[in-house]
Amino acid sequence: MFPNRAAVEGVGDAAQLAEIKGRSLWADARTRFFRNKAAVVSLIMLGLIGAFALFGQFFAQYDKGFVDFSLIGSNANKGVPSIENGHYFGTDSNGRDLYARVVQGTGISLMVGIVGAMVAVIVGTLYGATAGYFGGRIDGAMMRIVDVLMSIPFMFVLILMLVIFGRSIFMLFLGIGLISWLDMARIARGQTLTIKNKEFVEVAVATGVRPIKIILRHIVPNLLGIVIVYATLLVPSMIIFESFISFLGLGVQEPNTSLGALINEGARTMQFGYYWQIAYPLFFFVVTIFAFFFVGDGLRDALDPKDR
Amino acid sequence: MNPLLSVRNLSVTFDVRRPGSWPWTPAMKLHAVSEVSFDLQPGECLGIVGESGSGKSTIARAIVGTIPSSGGNIFFEDHDLANMDTRQRRVHRRDVQMIFQDPLAALNPRMTVGEIIAEPLITHEPNTPRKEVKRRVGELMERVGLLPNLINRYPHEFSGGQCQRIGIARALILKPKLIICDEPVSALDVSVQAQVINLLMELQRDMGLSMIFIAHDLSVVKHISDRILVLYLGRVMETAEAHKLTTAPEHPYSQALISSVPIPDPVLERARHRPILEGELPSPLRPPSGCVFRTRCPKVQPDCADAKPALEDVGGRHFVACPYHEAQQVLVVNE
Repeated sequence: MFPNRAAVEGVGDAAQLAEIKGRSLWADARTRFFRNKAAVVSLIMLGLIGAFALFGQFFAQYDKGFVDFSLIGSNANKGVPSIENGHYFGTDSNGRDLYARVVQGTGISLMVGIVGAMVAVIVGTLYGATAGYFGGRIDGAMMRIVDVLMSIPFMFVLILMLVIFGRSIFMLFLGIGLISWLDMARIARGQTLTIKNKEFVEVAVATGVRPIKIILRHIVPNLLGIVIVYATLLVPSMIIFESFISFLGLGVQEPNTSLGALINEGARTMQFGYYWQIAYPLFFFVVTIFAFFFVGDGLRDALDPKDR
Repeated sequence: MNPLLSVRNLSVTFDVRRPGSWPWTPAMKLHAVSEVSFDLQPGECLGIVGESGSGKSTIARAIVGTIPSSGGNIFFEDHDLANMDTRQRRVHRRDVQMIFQDPLAALNPRMTVGEIIAEPLITHEPNTPRKEVKRRVGELMERVGLLPNLINRYPHEFSGGQCQRIGIARALILKPKLIICDEPVSALDVSVQAQVINLLMELQRDMGLSMIFIAHDLSVVKHISDRILVLYLGRVMETAEAHKLTTAPEHPYSQALISSVPIPDPVLERARHRPILEGELPSPLRPPSGCVFRTRCPKVQPDCADAKPALEDVGGRHFVACPYHEAQQVLVVNE
């Protein structure tokens, strides 16, 4: 069963044998993921929504800022979704093409979600892994900072910030970046505490690998499974968060828009029968969020086969 | 001959806090290892035996430097490893490598075998060209009995014995002077144990390695070691040449330990006298006064509680920490 030296030499020059490609744990996880139908369908949906946000503008018949004055006052009959006049999704209450607006809103919502998740992955993982790896006082100090930041009611602070410094996408990203990494830091730290007591980390310490290298080479790759799952589940919650801010009228500012802002506008005119003004943004919002949740679920099953 | 490694009065204590105690209440001291001294000659293999909790692994980790020692010196080629700052210490780490008990846990699941074996090399010689690294990894894999074409595989694709061979290859790539094996075969099948032990002995002979071999299986230790050190509750009870210790141990604890090894012959096994130890290992938080073994010793005397017995030289590098020692012929394992 074990090739001893004599057997290896018997085979001939063993170095000449073709190298066998190993199956990494990532490759295994990929196969498991693609066996999950709901996750794959959701991934395709996400791909389509992403393509819609990126390239949808090219199919729009009207510019997103163009106000069709001919429709003002007769939105209920002329602004309905139709293929003929080019307003595929109809127009909003200001006579702007809703299709172009939804494309723009989807893009901004996705960007908010992805930026939030990226900040969480990069800052949160490194912060948590560092705290967990060094332990003791450093850990205590770093995690107490997280506790303090977590105890601040961020919605309130963010609203104040948006009011004081003016509403802008930058402020929104800053606010979302500030809160999104806190939970991730806690998760990463907890995982690090279990990983750092594994023997392969001890081997690395005994060999003389520097702490930074140990964190990056041994701890973070073993954290990544959980981090990725949490990040995919964080994207929709960031989108919801942004939508809530925008729904309050504080988030993205005109002429920019996001799905939350569009839903807000749609909700105001819903009672007058302009159902399409809420239906289309809501459709994209719900589909995006469901797709992210299903993908996250699929990733969790794929990366953590024991936990099912 | 100058010893390669010379450990003097090594102590390791851990702070233990009772759960729920105030942060300012002083921590209790757990004496995992106290005042252990021994020498290791170049090319020699020292076996360390003792029950679970006797501090075997703690000694290994203190020498390797993953646990700080709280007292004493570890002289490695006249450099005191125990009292060195982290930066200096890192330079000396390449000469001492360690092999672990659980072969799979000691390998990072996200790295390929090639990356795992090469890690010490790229850490200490970062300028080695990649081709050279790969060549050396391949050579070493062949040397420890792995096909070099498995270089891109991942640890979970190997059996326990193969994983242990990967661990051995990683320990050897820097051509260290000392290898510390912490129960390297305890997690393996008996048939695989023999293969790994023979590989280790072969490598030790060919590369002139010094070795510290920790195990609780005495027959394995006896097979591989030149000298054996018996540990009880973090203290050295007896050290002697392997043959002498396994045939004529002098310390009552060694006698009990060695006679506990079953003999694979029912007639001999039934006939022999074996002193059976009563009770459990005392808590290292509150070790007994005087001789730590006195609570379970069959030959205990009233004055055993007074002073800690020093290691007494009974001739031929044979040291015993018991004033009432006497040689007792013990039936030997596998002979």
